[in-house]
Amino acid sequence: MAGGTREFKRRIRSVTNTQQITKAMKMVSAAKLRRAQEAAEASRPYTETLQGTLARLSGVAFDIKHPLLEKREDVRKIGYVVITADGGLCGGYNANLIKATTMAMEEDTRKLENGIVAVGRKVRDFFRKRGGLDAEFVNLGDKISYADAREIGQYIMNAYENEEIDEVYVVYAKFINVLRQVPTIVKLLPIETPTAEQTEGQRVIDYIYEPSADEILLTLLPRYVGSLIYNAMLESKASEHGARMTAMGNATENAGEIIDNLTLAMNKARQAAITDEILDIVGGAEALNKGGK
Amino acid sequence: MADNTFMLEIVTPEKILFKDEVDFMVAPAVDGEIGVMKNHAPLVAALKIGVLRYKDGKGAEKKMAVSGGFMEVIDNTGRILAETAEPGEHVDVLRAKASKERAERRLAQRDETINRLRAELSLKRAIARIRAAGADY
Repeated sequence: MAGGTREFKRRIRSVTNTQQITKAMKMVSAAKLRRAQEAAEASRPYTETLQGTLARLSGVAFDIKHPLLEKREDVRKIGYVVITADGGLCGGYNANLIKATTMAMEEDTRKLENGIVAVGRKVRDFFRKRGGLDAEFVNLGDKISYADAREIGQYIMNAYENEEIDEVYVVYAKFINVLRQVPTIVKLLPIETPTAEQTEGQRVIDYIYEPSADEILLTLLPRYVGSLIYNAMLESKASEHGARMTAMGNATENAGEIIDNLTLAMNKARQAAITDEILDIVGGAEALNKGGK
Repeated sequence: MADNTFMLEIVTPEKILFKDEVDFMVAPAVDGEIGVMKNHAPLVAALKIGVLRYKDGKGAEKKMAVSGGFMEVIDNTGRILAETAEPGEHVDVLRAKASKERAERRLAQRDETINRLRAELSLKRAIARIRAAGADY
């Protein structure tokens, strides 16, 4: 009789352990999310200033030639920089990013060759099996460093300038809120400078350029690419922790439900066992009484 | 005397490192140092690896090692965008000297396999950090 409830107790204990782990993971993710959001916030002034200066410069140095700015006539291969997590346990986060990438490839009517630059283990593993992996940057950790972003940027710019790839997109997860992260694809190369129309209305400032507008544009462009990648990585990291928080929150709730159900079932079983015993005793007593009469 | 300060912001990809009123600053531009005071004309300058100096509101001169980037001056605001920046008082001089020696050793080797450009850059960065700390190199 005790055997019935013992099995229940064992399972409740096991689910409770799991629940404790998911609860802890949720709290860790919440803390990491806050840090990731702060990092994303802190990187904004740099990017905004860079973009502002680039917009102003491209108004001045319109006819500048730079390989990173030139649209290629003959596009043969497209590069995708896909940023995912290194680990799982974050719901559909990784799968959604990978799906967005493969969809973009399929929907491209030009049907060109594609190359993947994997940032994060999950996307690397996927494209390693599927094929088309050009480069990988994995195990970068929870603290995104600008140096890593620059290295990735350097790789892409080299591949682009050597004409190994002719267009580059970055795939990352835009952080909306804890419940919502949207896979987003942004064109990285060739760099699209703001058109005259977009810069119109901005006041024209007569800058002194030291040494020259062209020269400054040249030093600025690689940094711009680096900062775009850095921002995408920061945004993805915040999204990853948001997704993991939600996934672990759900898992904790589900575990609670399982525990409730198991507890109910266990109590029912115990109650049934007790009822059986009472019936046995009552039956026995009755039999004795009848025998006594 | 009238207020002669202007805003200086030193921004790296990771954060705003410094944002305050200063009297005067000298930035390491590619063609030599550029000094900026209040009411400077709008300016955009490319920077090299070097030491940025400024005088804060209290008249104390501060130094900062910056590596690569540019400077924009507009409306009495100077913005330095650098990939890395490190205040002189935070520099670990021993470490900077060690990396300077390492870079020098690399450059001394007549070895084709080492990346000379990289070694040169790291040498320049190390020297800038030592100078920002106010030590001899």
